[in-house]
Amino acid sequence: MAVVQTRGLTKLFAKGQVGAVVDVDLESREGEFLVLLGPSGSGKTTLLRMIAGLEEPTSGEIWIGGVLVNDLTPRQRRIAMVFQSYALYPHLTVLGNIEFPLKARRMRKVERRQKAQWAADLLGIGRLLGRKPRELSGGERQRVALARAIVREPSLFLLDEPLSNLDAKLRASAREELEQFQKKIGTTTIYVTHDQVEAMAMGDRVVVMNHGAVRQIGTPADVYDEPQDTFVATFLGSPPMNLVETSDVIAGFRPEHLYPAAALPREEPVLRLAFRIKHEEYLGAERILYGVIEGGPFDGKKAVARMSSTLAARFAPDTVHDFAVATKDLKFFDREKGARAEPRALA
Amino acid sequence: MSGVRQRWLGPVMFLPAVLYVVALVGVPFILAFLYSVGDVKVGSVGYHFVGLKNFASVLQNPTFLRSLRNSFVFTIASQILVLIGANLLALVLKNAFRGRRFVRFLILLPWVAPVSIGSIGWKWILDSLYSVINWVLVRLHLVKAFSAPMWLGEPKLAMMSVILVHTWHMLPFATVIILAGWTAIPKDIPEAAAVDGAGFFRRMFQIELPMMLPIINVAVLFGAIFTFTDMTVIYILTRGGPYDTTQVLPSMAFFTGILGSDLAEGAAISIFLVPLLVAVAWRMLRSAHRAEVV
Repeated sequence: MAVVQTRGLTKLFAKGQVGAVVDVDLESREGEFLVLLGPSGSGKTTLLRMIAGLEEPTSGEIWIGGVLVNDLTPRQRRIAMVFQSYALYPHLTVLGNIEFPLKARRMRKVERRQKAQWAADLLGIGRLLGRKPRELSGGERQRVALARAIVREPSLFLLDEPLSNLDAKLRASAREELEQFQKKIGTTTIYVTHDQVEAMAMGDRVVVMNHGAVRQIGTPADVYDEPQDTFVATFLGSPPMNLVETSDVIAGFRPEHLYPAAALPREEPVLRLAFRIKHEEYLGAERILYGVIEGGPFDGKKAVARMSSTLAARFAPDTVHDFAVATKDLKFFDREKGARAEPRALA
Repeated sequence: MSGVRQRWLGPVMFLPAVLYVVALVGVPFILAFLYSVGDVKVGSVGYHFVGLKNFASVLQNPTFLRSLRNSFVFTIASQILVLIGANLLALVLKNAFRGRRFVRFLILLPWVAPVSIGSIGWKWILDSLYSVINWVLVRLHLVKAFSAPMWLGEPKLAMMSVILVHTWHMLPFATVIILAGWTAIPKDIPEAAAVDGAGFFRRMFQIELPMMLPIINVAVLFGAIFTFTDMTVIYILTRGGPYDTTQVLPSMAFFTGILGSDLAEGAAISIFLVPLLVAVAWRMLRSAHRAEVV
């Protein structure tokens, strides 16, 4: 097990700035499942590749297990990585693929076979050992890539969007399996994804990145419920947090916190809003209401509400209803930088 | 109108290629086959079937056996050198560096230049009196002016020289093919190998080269066919000499059949190559097909 630490880690690219990483300080915990989450081009993959040793940092330090690894080759860092494409060796069988890292460590053949068999059984691909990668399905390839990564029992696991090549149905089950699997082997894992559902479901902690910088690090509940800035607030959640600008501050509330006023408990301090509904999306279990707030501090601002389908009857378009947000669910951000601000009373 | 056009356009466009193959490959091939079992000489009239007499006579000719052996030595040695050289060049050229385009251009030159012109250049470089190599060696006091090596005049040196010049000529083609093969490997795979703990040589010999094997096969087999049927370099540099030590089958067929007027025996010598080339071509198509499937 090892802890990864980066200090002021920066990577600049010559042309444009896509994928650059700027001054990232990060510290993982023992056996943690740490998710790097961000839109494409936010630098999360570049950060992972620098930790793996595939990309040379422009400046900053990387420590793995208490050792400064900046000048070590990927081979010397003793980590395992699963690529988005899985990067299986197409000319080798599944067994050959799984054995390759052990061969590179000059392990004896008998021992190698045993280890490979152990890894294959762990992932339930024991019967595929004689096949070539092109004869495998997407899910099977992913398992082979995982088996190849765990076979030498690395101290650190790096995963670069390993689920993005699977179809939607398989992805959900693979996600759960991967999470269970990580808990079982207990290896510190850094997982890159642009999918917030994956990040929320799997991560012990989530690192939200944008434009190469870390915007917030916290548990899934932290980053969702207490976003540190407007980027985190709008990147997480679907539909994203409602942000309404008033004269001195930006106020935010999640669509699921905007209720018909009658549904809120009476003793709860609330902000009442007249909500003109423009359009309703029925999604089966829930529905999304798009509309405009009328009167009060948020007059004329667009907002989205999201509620369980069982909560209320359907709303006719272009009707005004009495809605409310509990005061504790209002978040405030400063208008200039979008950073989190102290709660305050609204004029 | 359009129906008529559709029906005829394809065949009409295709016709030149068919004519070309029939007139310049098919007819000469059939003629060569007929000549090889006849008694045709340059200027003779009439044709008599003589069975395998020409082949029997060719097989008893010590020059033929020597040429057959030389052909193999020439082809195999130059292909090994081309293979090693092309891999090294491709390894250098696949990474970006300043002036890479210029170096690529320079390396392609021997292939673009007509082989006859290139070979004439080499003839002077290797000349017994005016050789620049010898001039340099003499000035460096490595050899004495009167005992300088005769690059094209001593059997072993001559064979070495023609092999090297032919390698020089074939190298660009193989380099381009291997370079293409290398660029076709997804970047992830060598990176995964690096993270898996493989060093440079393990990555090269256990991952990259095996992945490129079908493509390398195509390059080698193409090169082998070119080399086995080519006589330009040998004809210009040594004319098969000294004492037939660099004579190969194509040059011998040319000297016997065209310059020696014995068309029948020349044809028999060329036809001798056919089964071998067919076998090589068949293998080539098979590995090209496999390269597609992977």
